[in-house]
Parts: sequence; C-alpha cells; structure tokens
Amino acid sequence: MVANQHKMEALADRLSEEDPVAGRSLWADARRRFFANRAAVAGLGILLVVALFAAFGGLIAQWSNEELDYAVMGAIATEGAPSLSNGHYFGTDDLGRDLFARTVQGTQVSLMVGLVGALVAVVVGTIYGATAGYVGGRVDSVMMRAVDILMAIPYMFVLILILVMYGRSMTALFVGLGLISWLEMSRIVRGQTLSLKNREFIEAARATGVPAVTIIRRHVVPNLLGVIAVYATLLVPLMILTESFISFLGLGVQEPLTSLGALISEGAGTIAYGTIWQLGFPLLFFCLTLFGFFFVGDGLRDALDPKDR
Amino acid sequence: MSTPLLSARDVNVRFGITRPGDMPWTKPRRLHAVNGVSFDIMPGQTLGVVGESGCGKSTLARALIRTVPATGQVIWEGREDLLALSPRKMLAYRSDIQMIFQDPLASLNPRMTLGQIISEPLRTHRPDLSRDEVRTRVARIMDRVGLLPQMINRYPHEFSGGQCQRIGIARALAVEPKLLICDEPVSALDVSIQAQVVELLQELQRDLNLAILFIAHDLSVVKHISDEVMVLYLGRVMEAAPKERLYTDPQHPYTQALMSAVPVPDPKIERTKTIIPLSGDLPSPMSPPSGCVFRTRCPRAQADCAETVPAPGTDVHRCACLHPGPLSAEEVA
Ligand SMILES: Nc1ncnc2c1ncn2[C@@H]1O[C@H](COP(=O)(O)OP(=O)(O)OP(=O)(O)O)[C@@H](O)[C@H]1O
Ligand code: SF4
Ligand SMILES: [Mg+2]
Repeated sequence: MVANQHKMEALADRLSEEDPVAGRSLWADARRRFFANRAAVAGLGILLVVALFAAFGGLIAQWSNEELDYAVMGAIATEGAPSLSNGHYFGTDDLGRDLFARTVQGTQVSLMVGLVGALVAVVVGTIYGATAGYVGGRVDSVMMRAVDILMAIPYMFVLILILVMYGRSMTALFVGLGLISWLEMSRIVRGQTLSLKNREFIEAARATGVPAVTIIRRHVVPNLLGVIAVYATLLVPLMILTESFISFLGLGVQEPLTSLGALISEGAGTIAYGTIWQLGFPLLFFCLTLFGFFFVGDGLRDALDPKDR
Repeated sequence: MSTPLLSARDVNVRFGITRPGDMPWTKPRRLHAVNGVSFDIMPGQTLGVVGESGCGKSTLARALIRTVPATGQVIWEGREDLLALSPRKMLAYRSDIQMIFQDPLASLNPRMTLGQIISEPLRTHRPDLSRDEVRTRVARIMDRVGLLPQMINRYPHEFSGGQCQRIGIARALAVEPKLLICDEPVSALDVSIQAQVVELLQELQRDLNLAILFIAHDLSVVKHISDEVMVLYLGRVMEAAPKERLYTDPQHPYTQALMSAVPVPDPKIERTKTIIPLSGDLPSPMSPPSGCVFRTRCPRAQADCAETVPAPGTDVHRCACLHPGPLSAEEVA
C-alpha cells in the first residue's frame, strides 16, 4: 500500500515536472523576501540615486571642483546662493568653488572610504575568523586573544595618531580604517564558524576526507555569506561616519580632496554668515547615504534570517 | 572463520572538558566517553549498537572514522590499524567507510544542490572521473535509493525528512563503501517512514554486500536488521551476542531491562509481559560509579559489584556482569 502510494506520487511528480527543476535556493528565497520589504527597496533606491550622483554628477556640473568663481567672491552669502542661472546648482563654498562639484567629489570619497573599509573587513575578517573558528584549540585562542588586544586599544586615538604621524593622506586613512574595521567582523565570523563546525554536514565532509581548505571554502564560507553581507552593509555607514568624524576634527582627507564629512565641517563653520546651503547639501547626501545603507542592511538581515518572523 | 572486515580492540575515547571560567592552566576534566570497546564486523553483516542517550554510541562511530581522537586498535580487513595511520594514509580508507547521520536535514549543506551533495565524496575520492561519469553515477545511485532524477538541482530544505535521509544514503553509497555506519538513521523520522528507510538499507545491504554498523537507542529498531547486537552503557560494553541469543536469552540485567521496554506485537504476550523499570537516573559520565558502572540502577547489585569491574570476556556471547543469568522469579514479580 505504502509502496503503491509512493509510486503514484512519483508518477504524479514525473507528469507535472518533466525537466529537472531548478531548485529554489536559500538565496532565491532571501531575494524574494528582500524585495517584499518596502524599507529595504527604498534604501536600495536611495543608494542607487546616491551612486549615480557620485558617478555621473561630474558630467552635469557646470564648474569643476577646483575653479574659483571670481564673480561671486566677496559676496558669497548673496551671489553664491544656489541658482540655475550661474550654474552653481548647490551654490558655492566659502572660497567661491562650485558646491555641486564639491559634493559630487565628497560623495565619491566618502563612498570609497566606506566601501574600501568594508571590503578589507570582509576579506581579512572572514579569512581570519573562519580559520580561527575552524582550526580551533590553541590556534583559535591565540588568534582571538590578538583580536581582543587590538580591540582594547582606543582606535580613534590610534587613527588620529597615524594621521598625525604619517601626514593626512588618503593612504594613511585607508590603512588606519582597514586596520580596525576587520576586528569585529573576525569575531562574528569566528563565532558563526564555531557553531557551523559542529553541524553534521561538516562532519560528513570531514568523514569523507574533504580537505580542510575545501571544507572552509565549500561548506563554511557559503553558510556565512548571509551574516557577512549583513554586517558589511552595516559597516559601510560606520566607516563613513568614522571618516566624517575625523574630517570634522580637521584630520581627514586633505585639500583639494574633500569628503562629505569635510564639507559638513566647512559648512558648519560658515553657518553664521547665512550660507545654510553649504551645510545643507552635503548633509543631505550624507544622511541619504547612511539611511540607504542602514535600510538595506536591515532588509538583508530580515531576508536572510527568516527565523525572526 | 573468515577475517572480519573491521575489528575494534579496546577502543577508548576520552574528552577533556574545560568549563568557560577555567584558567588556561587548570587541567581539563576527563570524560571517558568510550571505554574499552571491542567488536568484530563481518563483511556483509550488521552489528547493532544499542544504548541510552549519551552512552557514547555516536562517539564510538566517530572514533572509527577518526573524527575524534581515540586509542586502541581498529583493524581493517585484518591488515591495517586505522587508528595508527597518518591522516594521508587514512584518506584511502575513508571511501570504504561511510556514515549516515541522525538528523537527515542537518547532515546536508543547505547551500548545495542535491547533485552537488551526492557527488562530493565521488569528487573527493575519484578525481579521475569526468564530469559526465560523475553525473551518470549520481543518477544511478539516486535511482537506486528512490530519488527522482529531476530532483537533482533542488536544495535540501525542499525535501521531507525521509527523502533527506535517502539523499544521505545516496551520498554515502556513491563511493561504493564496504562498511556503512548508520548513526540512529531513523530516530528523527515518522514511524511509517522509518520502516521504508530500514527496508531500503536492508535491500542495499543484500545487493551491495554492505557491512552495517547500526546505532539505535532501543532494541526494537535493531531487531530486524542486525546479525549481532551490542549493548552499551556509559561507554562500556554490557552485553554482546548474536541476535537470536541476545533476544531469547539475555544474561545482563541492563539488557533485560531494555528488553522489557520493547513492545511485543502480540497483545496476549504484551499483557503478560513484565516491565522492569530502570530505577534512578543515568549517572554523570564525568564521575561514573566504581566497579560495575550499572550498579547504581541494577536490581541485582551486591557488595562485590562496587569493587570489581566486570569484564565482558571474549565469548560469542559476552556479558559484563558478576552475577549474570536469566531473569529470576523475584525480579519479575
Ligand atoms: N566533542 C565532545 N567533547 C566533549 N564531550 C563530548 C563530545 N562529544 C560527546 N561528548 C560526551 O560524550 C558522551 C557520549 O556522547 P555521544 O554523543 O556519543 O552519545 P550518544 O550515545 O550518541 O547519545 P545520543 O543517543 O543522544 O546520540 C556524552 O556524555 C557527551 O556529552
Ligand atoms: S555486575 Fe553487579 S551491578 Fe553490574 S550488572 Fe552485574 S549484578 Fe548488576
Ligand atoms: Mg548520538
């Protein structure tokens, strides 16, 4: 009876699906859930707009980010206001440079800082954490103690020290942010790896004799990607914030380069002269970027971890 | 008598337990999870291993496939001691011994398709096979265990428990092992599915001349499939015998207690049958009782049981008890 029923079901299956069906992977499920989340989609839209602005804004700008507009100099508060007629869509900064072009440049730099910081965190943190967690034992203890020690150092202090010692360059900034960004990531990845390691499918692979490197690559990392993706998207805005804070202190990227943080700092400095746009436009893009990443990060977390709902 | 496929001699597994608050230099506490276990498995035969939860059944299986460190000897086909091999040499034997697991879904990587899962052991052990050959072999084994060919690109979470266990069986058999270790393969399944899976295993065993080490936590499941049965308690062998002997003439009080919990299909016998309850809890494996480990729950325990550790001996019917024998009248009452 049971066998018969089994055969019937098999037959029904066969009739309804002739070809090998592509299975619904967990990724496909997650994608569907992500796009059903309005806030996440809105965040993605915002990020798209910001990215387009950073990539192609330079083509729309009427002025370069270095030219001084002598026509508005000396009367920034009145002549330098945002206007379509003279091509300063966002107005000019204190020196008479086009703020639209400056904001494009600042957005590029801030996004780059955030993405590079997150990338370093993903690559270094994942490899470090997965290795420590998978190998375990003494190696794990030593590797994680090292992370503990590095985390105990007040990183802002170190970052400022690096920037003061080696000069305020982009490279120094990237090195400084890269050095600190992977620590938390490696901890998270290590914790996840530890719990994965005891799962039976890893044991099955070990029992068959799959080499450790292959197990990490084929079985551990793909199961960590969700966590890594979520954490990386949330790390980007944190990196941008850190850079902005440093720029606000006057230690970030150096003129003629600029970042959103540096622009906000300048705008805040001149607000007493009635040039509110110098603060407003950089701040707008700053907030849009941060919100975008946070929304997308939250959306990813919900999509990849359906247990919460 | 022919040489056993695998013979384990005095296998021991000890874990060091460190508690979270411990200092790095405090000595870890010892947990003796498998204690002096010996047995033989003949080619094409089934050894059933039975014991309560936590008695070291899975650990014994892991010791055989060397995913936990063990001492003692595990002789393969009368030639090679698997426990003494270097990891590189051991690799050659890993395709001969395959394992299926207690939790069917957890034993499958959720990010891999069924085809990728089943072909993994093949890709590991037979790098010489072309992709087409791997595909044909996977298709053949899927058909053999009752999986439909169009399922090949699906993911584990799209299958039921019984189907997942079939996938696990297919993965294990793809490399044509000689010994299949089944660690409670049906405990997580519905009763009706359990029978199907056990039937499938028996069928495969007949066709492929597989030896099986079948782990279960009660005597009823292993009854059909086993040729020989071994009863474990706190990591030690209590009693081991050919199936007929063990089921008709159990000598050890622990086996007798387990036996009384086995349901009998005939209601007349079922009613007259006596249940010998196991009094008390399982002692902590960290601090097992002295002498006979079963003495804290044994209805027959006497003073000498606390002093002497009973040895199971080397007979066909082994029994680690100082006072063996069939159930006496007052025990039944
Ligand atoms: N990796 C480990 N480290 C420390 N102790 C362990 C480890 N694995 C198992 N143990 C302990 O060894 C003992 C035997 O565990 P094992 O998993 O072999 O039991 P089991 O008979 O398979 O039980 P179950 O029927 O629940 O699967 C248990 O007390 C367990 O806590
Ligand atoms: S040795 Fe003693 S305590 Fe152990 S099973 Fe036999 S009678 Fe019971
Ligand atoms: Mg177990």
